[in-house]
Amino acid sequence: MKLTGRLFLIIMLIVLYLPIFYLAYYSFNSAGTMNEFESFTFDYYLSVFQDSRLMVILMNTISVALISSVVATIVGICGALSLYFLKSSKIRASLLNINNIMIVSPDVIIGASFLILFTFLGISLGSVSVILAHIAFSIPIVVLMILPKLYEMNTSLLDAARDLGATPSLILSRVVLPQIKPGILAGFFMALTYSLDDFAVSFFVTGSGFSVLSVEIYAMARQGISLEINAISTMIFLIVLTIVLIYYFLSTRKTVKRGDLS
Amino acid sequence: MKQIYLLLTLSLIIGIGALLSTRFIEPPLGEGDSAIHIFNWGEYIDPDLLDQFTEETGIRVVYETFDSNEAMLVKINQGGTSYDLAIPSEYMVEKMQERDMLIEIDHEQLPNLEHIGEQFLGLDFDPENKYSVPYFWGTVGVLFHPDKTDLDFTEWDMLWDESLRNEILLVDSAREVMGFSLNSMGESLNETDPDKLDAAFQKLVELAPNIRGVVGDEIMQMMINNESIAAVIWSGSARDVMWENEELDYVVPEGGSNLWFDTFVIPETANNIDGAHQFINFMLDPENAAQNADYVGYSTPNDAGLLLLDESEQEDTRFYPTDAQQETLEVYKNLGLENLGIYNELFLKFKMNLE
Amino acid sequence: MRRLLFIPYIVWMGIFVIIPIGLLVGFSFFDIEDNLTFSNYREFFSWSYLQMSISSFWYAFLITAFTLLVCYPLALIIKQLKLKMFWLFIIILPTWINILLKTYAFIGIFSREGLVNNLAAQLGLPELQLLFSDVAFVIVGVYIFIPFMLLPLFNSINSIDQSMISAAQDLGATRMQVIRKVIFPLSIEGVKAGVQVVFIPALSLFMITRLIAGNKVVTLGTAIEQQFLTAENWGMGSTIGVFLILFMMIIMLFTRTKSKTIGVGRL
Repeated sequence: MKLTGRLFLIIMLIVLYLPIFYLAYYSFNSAGTMNEFESFTFDYYLSVFQDSRLMVILMNTISVALISSVVATIVGICGALSLYFLKSSKIRASLLNINNIMIVSPDVIIGASFLILFTFLGISLGSVSVILAHIAFSIPIVVLMILPKLYEMNTSLLDAARDLGATPSLILSRVVLPQIKPGILAGFFMALTYSLDDFAVSFFVTGSGFSVLSVEIYAMARQGISLEINAISTMIFLIVLTIVLIYYFLSTRKTVKRGDLS
Repeated sequence: MKQIYLLLTLSLIIGIGALLSTRFIEPPLGEGDSAIHIFNWGEYIDPDLLDQFTEETGIRVVYETFDSNEAMLVKINQGGTSYDLAIPSEYMVEKMQERDMLIEIDHEQLPNLEHIGEQFLGLDFDPENKYSVPYFWGTVGVLFHPDKTDLDFTEWDMLWDESLRNEILLVDSAREVMGFSLNSMGESLNETDPDKLDAAFQKLVELAPNIRGVVGDEIMQMMINNESIAAVIWSGSARDVMWENEELDYVVPEGGSNLWFDTFVIPETANNIDGAHQFINFMLDPENAAQNADYVGYSTPNDAGLLLLDESEQEDTRFYPTDAQQETLEVYKNLGLENLGIYNELFLKFKMNLE
Repeated sequence: MRRLLFIPYIVWMGIFVIIPIGLLVGFSFFDIEDNLTFSNYREFFSWSYLQMSISSFWYAFLITAFTLLVCYPLALIIKQLKLKMFWLFIIILPTWINILLKTYAFIGIFSREGLVNNLAAQLGLPELQLLFSDVAFVIVGVYIFIPFMLLPLFNSINSIDQSMISAAQDLGATRMQVIRKVIFPLSIEGVKAGVQVVFIPALSLFMITRLIAGNKVVTLGTAIEQQFLTAENWGMGSTIGVFLILFMMIIMLFTRTKSKTIGVGRL
């Protein structure tokens, strides 16, 4: 059973990574297309670094993802906590419904309504509008990731802390937050995921020369996507993978030292 | 908890750092800098020309892209960014003009306009070219694999042939698909008579077994990969595909077809109207037009520029049809929202009839 | 303290959720020529849209069911691994590559002369018509939603007290019994959360209906996109959106958490 489990995991990983290897493979194709591999070339990688427009867009994408995820995580923590501490379960249920509307709304609707909203509020389109929009659609998923962790928290811990005279902020930082740490982490990474994955919302709220990768990729579709995009994606992927592997390496060493296998 | 604080702080610092770093890669526009904002389809201009323009005029080009005419319209209409120049298709020009979204183009500032072929000027959608200057043009036709079928697609009706079961790709666009069905019945693709439209729809339903899929721009990659024998497609896309897959051929059936244009327009929100004129004039220069046509691969309306292209290309009647051929082509008229609604609805119903 | 926490969240909710929903509902009462009307709602109950809703629901159901079927064992396996977070992350990572690019890769993989058919040919199997089939649509749909289902599932499975499982095993329960009688009931909240984050977005999938299914599958999401971006009929697009929100509320109602353990804490 354990073996079949491992096997299943490996098969799933292969399936999940198949499209990515496919993209990466053709990023080295000198023929310039995603069919019939001609010969090996590094050209697309080099031209990414020479194309300052593409570099700017890449940097924009990274910064939008990181900044919006951090802010969304913080607001999301506030949101999850306030939902949790609400007394009326009716209000909580309706607030949660509103929260989920954002997750389930089609991107086109979100994008179009944000565009109207920003012009209405007089926020000019550009880096600020994109970051605000990304924060906005990432918050609900963060809340949804943290909330179950709160419910699993043993409430007697809170009572005990209060009985011991801990102030609310102390309870929050010493008892509650450590308990929901995995939820916060998951929320942060999901926010990153949503942000990097999004196209429709970004399209509507980019402007004034500020653009992100996904918008660029979609606009290229009419003329065929250039393999530089494959090259960029492969690089992003490798960088993130390296960071994760380093983390893996460091944490295995640590756990071995401590003899802690959790 | 420390881990999380660290993670969040670090992410924020890297994020802001990345945002600031773009200022060094491409310095931001200062107060005195002259720049134009261009809104165009992706990969639809030779980037070297943008650099050259900046070199010649000192005007910086801020370049943004869209993926459909309609999406572009929404963005410009909301006015979040003041684009100085956009490149919509002809039917959109009419729509934008109706909504007073365009500024009149000053022909005096465009001496190079003389290079545009006469047959591309003064068309129905903009009779005096007050608002638009043609950028590229083309037709709608059939891209097919001559080795895999005996049909030559000189008639639209050949698409209905039984040998093509599950072998046709269509572009996901109501006017094009309804249009060729109308053309196949000898009707105009600007038809508004509900009975005739319904007949065209019924005829399309009969085509359903032959349809492999109704797709967007991916149709190009699919045809390159020989995913199907035939596709109804725009000439520009067909041209791009044929560069990659030389086995394919393109033909405009004789029963009539669509003649389309992508054009320069100056939106009403423009800040740098002079710069926009300079840019249009720059792109109309025969050498630049030829260089751009060579890069993009679409048919250029610039007669003087065309003469600078390879002879084989100038004489390729598939992409530069003869005058006689052009006689049969029609430009889309703006049929009004209500009629377009009928087109869209029938097209949606057609898609739901696909199995 | 509680107020302080509430403010950013409520402000966000007001500006980015309530106002847009208001706009949506407002638009839904206007036809294409800006007349105040109920015609969009009438239209939604016409045969075409009902047919479309039914087929959307069917595909969304299939996608959700298969995603759950794949993710549940995956979550169980990851729970038993060391460095769970690492493995979880490895599974989420592919989501960071743009979906359009991955879809292009899938077109290459599923196409006539693509990877799958090449493999099939080598094994002597006949050519498969994968691209533009509903099978391919469901496969890619499941692929897209795996991370979104896996996280809530894993979150709740992982928090099951190991001693409960050990106790069941000590009492002689088989592996399947442990899963069915102990783990599944305890992870039901995660299942509900997973279904919530997959089902409705699956109803409104749009791009892959065209790219992978060649528009042979038409979902509500496709219709919304068309109405907004092609037909410029924002009224009809909004109406479908309003119904999607209604469907979502109904689904939330069915997967509601029993409010016994909730809301006891106080700061």
